[in-house]
Amino acid sequence: MDPQSNIAGQASDLSRMAEQLSQQAQKFALDVSSFDYNTAVTQDGSFLVTGLTVFMLACFVGYYVVWKVTPALHSPLMGITNAISSVIIVGALIAAGPQDFSFSSVLGFLAVILASINIFGGFIVTRRMLSMFRKRG
Amino acid sequence: MTTFAPLLYLVSSVFFILSLRGLSSPETAGKGLNYGIIGMVLAIITTLLTPSVQSWGLIVAGIIIGGLIGSFIAIKIQMTALPQLVAAFHSLVGLAAVFVAAAAFHNPVAYNIGTPGQIHLASLIEMALGVAIGAITFTGSIIAWGKLQGVIPGKPVQFSGQNFVNAGLGLLLVGLIVVLCFTESIFVFWMIVLLALALGVLLIIPIGGADMPVIVSMLNSYSGWAAAGIGFTLQNNLLIITGALVGASGAILSYIMCKGMNRSFLSVVLGGFGGEQQVNAFSSGDKTAKIGSAEDAAFIMKNAARVIIVPGYGMAVAQAQHVVREMADMLKHAGVDVKYAIHPVAGRMPGHMNVLLAEANVPYDEVFELEDINRDFAQADVAYVIGANDITNPAAKTDSSSPIYGMPVLDVEKAKTVLFVKRSMGSGYAGIDNPLFFEDNTLMLLGDAKKMTEDIVKALE
Repeated sequence: MDPQSNIAGQASDLSRMAEQLSQQAQKFALDVSSFDYNTAVTQDGSFLVTGLTVFMLACFVGYYVVWKVTPALHSPLMGITNAISSVIIVGALIAAGPQDFSFSSVLGFLAVILASINIFGGFIVTRRMLSMFRKRG
Repeated sequence: MTTFAPLLYLVSSVFFILSLRGLSSPETAGKGLNYGIIGMVLAIITTLLTPSVQSWGLIVAGIIIGGLIGSFIAIKIQMTALPQLVAAFHSLVGLAAVFVAAAAFHNPVAYNIGTPGQIHLASLIEMALGVAIGAITFTGSIIAWGKLQGVIPGKPVQFSGQNFVNAGLGLLLVGLIVVLCFTESIFVFWMIVLLALALGVLLIIPIGGADMPVIVSMLNSYSGWAAAGIGFTLQNNLLIITGALVGASGAILSYIMCKGMNRSFLSVVLGGFGGEQQVNAFSSGDKTAKIGSAEDAAFIMKNAARVIIVPGYGMAVAQAQHVVREMADMLKHAGVDVKYAIHPVAGRMPGHMNVLLAEANVPYDEVFELEDINRDFAQADVAYVIGANDITNPAAKTDSSSPIYGMPVLDVEKAKTVLFVKRSMGSGYAGIDNPLFFEDNTLMLLGDAKKMTEDIVKALE
């Protein structure tokens, strides 16, 4: 057997293996994509740890960012935080989401209205405040 | 959507962080606000694209109704009424949190947290905490709004054993949460809501009007924690991150306000401070206060080289910010150097005076915080104190028996002349005598802040 055909044989083996690998990768990708995000996080308790991690880190981010806010803008800061805390509209939308009428969807609808008042009110009043801050001259 | 939604929520959280970051200077603040709006729009659209959200018509109607109400209020509101507005908005966040938690309790399937009667334990705890904080925020903010608006008397409302009653109710609340976790009873859930609503009223009612900057910041913080609590229930990182940001922000503002008054957070929350007693004292011992006229004040200021204006809540009440700026403009025209000194707790919310001065077109680089300007009083010819009292009281530095001893104050008495605008010779909110009135270099200008400043402007013409 000459070395050339040997190499050719090895190359074809290699290509077959590569093909198998790609098939496996494809299968794996399919598995991952069908993996339901929600079932993964609802395993009791497991989200609590993830959530707490996120919560603690966000507290630290908040701490350092807010100390950097200039005291002159503390009122606009309250305006913005007021508006963004209304991000609970996300929960309200899910409650109001289902087509069929229920107690929970009514509560959701009311919460959507309340949160919207806050979002629009908070952002607009902050815009008004900020537009008044001018430099000398 | 199931994999993309958390990613989009993450992007939205980053926008919220950038939004707060933008407030580090007035130049970048506008951009920061835009980031906040982008983050919110992104969060709402992402949620609307969730497969379970189908009743778009109803939802859009809700957003339009709320949006119109919110926009109308925000456009119409007077800048002096800002603290009340913020308190009112906080109450809405609290109520919305209660509604969302109740919706999740009655329809847990929609949120993937179990089935009715079989809600996961962790979710139940988070839900109970979220709904309790939300309800306390709701009624507490309404009381704060009432006090700021003048609908409810600003003075502390106290009865004996108040703190014991509050502590007892607090323990009862914790007990009910434990019971809820074991029984999942609908009755217990609504009992928690009712109890927390009552507790919100009881917690804020004993707190005096002048402590409102701390309370408004504290309720700001609570509204954040409520949002984070709901975030845990809904297993949504965006809500948790945003709630934590807002909670941290409110807590820091409360801390700054407490430090500005040299009071512990606990002593503010326990309340009772700030009964507005009127102690009339035209003379203290052998010293008598000197009363001046608007003409005297105009003459002194016109011949000064450096004037520092010290505004307080009284300026806001009298709506005198515009005429103060007019006076400052005339002085500047006459070659006088004019600056403004802001105490951290001047006004009824953090940064209140800065906004009012900005509204009156005072450039923000003429406005200085306490630590940046306090040394300048020694070189100033005139300190013009308008509507402020306790934040200028030198007793805070010298008299260890004074209730405000240790509170950082503006060193106005170091200026060559102190012009003190005041309605009458009464004391400040703490009912404390201000020895400043009887200093040799103090001239009292008795009258309404706006009227007096107008008279000075006329005399300057």
